[in-house]
Amino acid sequence: MTTTKEIIDRCEKLYEDMDFTAARAWKEAAPGRHVIGYMPIYVPREIIHAAGMLPLGILGGGDQLEVIHGDAYYQSYICRIPRSTIELAVSGKLDFTDGMLFPSICDVIRNLSGMWQLMMSDKYARYFDVPQNYQDDVGGVYYTQELHELKEDLEKISGRKITNEDLRKSIAVYNENRRLIKDLYELRRKAPWKVPTTEVYLLLRAGMVLPVEEHSQMLKDYIEAASTEDRPLRDNCRIVIQGMFCEQPPLNLIKSIELAGCYIVGDDFMMVTRWLTEDVPLDGDPLENLSQAFLHHSENVSAKYVDREEDKGIYLVDLVKKNGGEGVIFTSPSFCDPALLDRPLLQDVLKAHGVPYIAFKYAENSGQMQPIREQAGTFADSIKLWSEQ
Amino acid sequence: MTAPTPTAAKPTVQKDRSMAMQKAMVDGNYARLARAEAERRKVAYTFVPGNINELLMCFDLVVNYPEINAIQNGMRKKSGRYIMEAEKAGHSEDVCTYVKADIGMMLKGNIGPNDERLPNPDVLMLSYTGCFTFMKWFELLRHHYKCETTMLHVPYEGGSGFSKNSRDYVVKQLKETVIPTLERVSGVKFDIDRLREYLKESQKAEENWVWVLESAKHKPSPIDSYFGAIYYISPIFTAFRGTPTATEYYAELRKEVEQRIANGQGPITPEGEMKNEKYRLVVEGPPNYTSFRDFWKMFYDEGAVIVASSYAKVGGTYDFGFRHDPDHPLESVAEYCLNCYTNHNLPERVRMLETYVNEYQADGLLINSIKSCNSFAAGQLMMMKEVQKRTGKPGAFIETDLVDPRYFSPANVKNRLESYFQMIDQKRRATAA
Ligand code: SF4
Ligand code: SF4
Repeated sequence: MTTTKEIIDRCEKLYEDMDFTAARAWKEAAPGRHVIGYMPIYVPREIIHAAGMLPLGILGGGDQLEVIHGDAYYQSYICRIPRSTIELAVSGKLDFTDGMLFPSICDVIRNLSGMWQLMMSDKYARYFDVPQNYQDDVGGVYYTQELHELKEDLEKISGRKITNEDLRKSIAVYNENRRLIKDLYELRRKAPWKVPTTEVYLLLRAGMVLPVEEHSQMLKDYIEAASTEDRPLRDNCRIVIQGMFCEQPPLNLIKSIELAGCYIVGDDFMMVTRWLTEDVPLDGDPLENLSQAFLHHSENVSAKYVDREEDKGIYLVDLVKKNGGEGVIFTSPSFCDPALLDRPLLQDVLKAHGVPYIAFKYAENSGQMQPIREQAGTFADSIKLWSEQ
Repeated sequence: MTAPTPTAAKPTVQKDRSMAMQKAMVDGNYARLARAEAERRKVAYTFVPGNINELLMCFDLVVNYPEINAIQNGMRKKSGRYIMEAEKAGHSEDVCTYVKADIGMMLKGNIGPNDERLPNPDVLMLSYTGCFTFMKWFELLRHHYKCETTMLHVPYEGGSGFSKNSRDYVVKQLKETVIPTLERVSGVKFDIDRLREYLKESQKAEENWVWVLESAKHKPSPIDSYFGAIYYISPIFTAFRGTPTATEYYAELRKEVEQRIANGQGPITPEGEMKNEKYRLVVEGPPNYTSFRDFWKMFYDEGAVIVASSYAKVGGTYDFGFRHDPDHPLESVAEYCLNCYTNHNLPERVRMLETYVNEYQADGLLINSIKSCNSFAAGQLMMMKEVQKRTGKPGAFIETDLVDPRYFSPANVKNRLESYFQMIDQKRRATAA
């Protein structure tokens, strides 16, 4: 049986590989293959997969990529992820991709879609909008049509039709992947000492660059290995972290929170992997099913509009409760509109439910972790002190 | 972003009739807001870009524009305190200062720029067009006021032009969510013929407004299309579009501008007519309001006039052909929302700016990048390079903020502008040689 260490070593290599060697190799393995990049927060990867293409998650350059050109494109008061993503593009690291999707998340990624169109006019670049109206006959009709357009765009790139059968198969493959991620999170909920969040993070990151089938196998292997391996149980508190749904935290930041005495039992990493909260049905019209799943069974994050005041922030309270969380750490990228504008609202809701929280900011290339470790440590201590009283 | 309704920095030397009309309109709306509760009028809050003013009028709502309050408070030097108030209450230093100026004002009792208390909203009309911040802004206000909120999601124009799908989606939201909510809140039944009447007025005003904008193609330009336009846009971008008063205002403004052209006059500034037009610029991005007059002065002192600006299009890109259409009322309201400047993608924004530089015979493009506004700012450096490349005219980049006085550094801005003017001079000499 493969060990968790072996699996995580592989994930780490994938994570550090800014040349996307695995995705390049996939593309070169057979003629006529295509790779479509996508940014946070959600795209229906099923459609890309059904076109026989590899969906490739692009999450910026992290703390490993030296940004040389990217800074010339952005003012100092704009977050990091667009500049390191531009860096990836201008330094040729994405030259093997055949297109890029920019989902509706904020104005920075929205505007990046246009920059991409200006910079790489020969390549497919689409701003992928999703409805903020959740009625079937309003937002639903709009979204289904958007899905059709995306499908047609991809057909043009690949030169072949995507059938409903192709779509159903891909939906099934992604249903399985989402179920496995749920299992992984469930294992972490039950035994967080067996499933450190640094490892969960790396496993999800691997899912950004690997074919989904391979990633599902990796998740199965990890769950099996982690369930059987012995790891020491510590006297840590249980924390939910929020705000990392777009620009990525340095891996050291997650490690620092864990080392400060926190088991992370809830997070908002790479929501594309679990945006749809239930299996998408396989019978019926597949695009309609994807649309319905988006409208009625999808996650909540700060980039989404909440229709009713009484529902605002409840997802976070539920996340805390469901996972036995004792507090929330808001850790958001500097200058991130969705995370930072939403934060006071979420904090108010937590306050009303008696959930303690702290907040700090990061950048994908933050190096200094000592202050973060100290803050998280003090927070963990205060939670322990509370629970002992 | 916005569109303003300033009265504080009003020109003091030469006063045209249009100026008095504009001021009366702005003051009138604040007075209506102040009386709303006593008169039991229902109040809507909404945003400038993609506003559905004509539709709101169909429900007899009194309309408050929080962006305008932020601007007014910026000009009256009150916004700095409000922003700090909001930051003290836990709002991040990194986010849009309009939101914080508004929330700070709300926390301090919601005393409006005219020193009277603004009424609480009965409905928040969240026209979600061209800026992500809007969505969170009204979630924040809703959290405070616990009032009805209705969202109109206007899809971004990610490609060239909007799709039929987007337009149909907006129309459906109007029919199925927005109108029923406004009917319920106001108790007034929707009458499409009433909407048509308002749209007829809008169309008339829009015709004259475009004429005024295009008058800047004359040399010398009779108007300043950025600083001066701040005053001109306020009726059409806010609570007056669709009213006969606004129609009359734009007809009057047009007459005055016609006269200025006939007299060979330049634009009016706070210190009188600008006599010697030396530089013609296109500006991208909103202005700074906390030092509005000082900022403007840096231009007219040097003989620089702004002949076209993207900011004067945040409430509608009429000069590229859009008009409200009474024969297709809801469809044209939807198209209006889709067509606001920041709802266009970057290639389209570049194309507009390039057109301005060429058609208005400008010396180049100046970008005023606003620290707190990602909607405008993200990508502006690339836009500048692209417009420079396409037009062969030099560009320049300055950084300020809309209403946060901490981010307006007069010495820096002035230095940058001086170098820019020198660069234009050099370029002219080189071309002449
Ligand atoms: S980090 Fe935040 S502001 Fe930056 S691109 Fe992502 S969502 Fe937008
Ligand atoms: S982010 Fe920009 S467009 Fe949006 S509200 Fe603030 S100033 Fe206006």
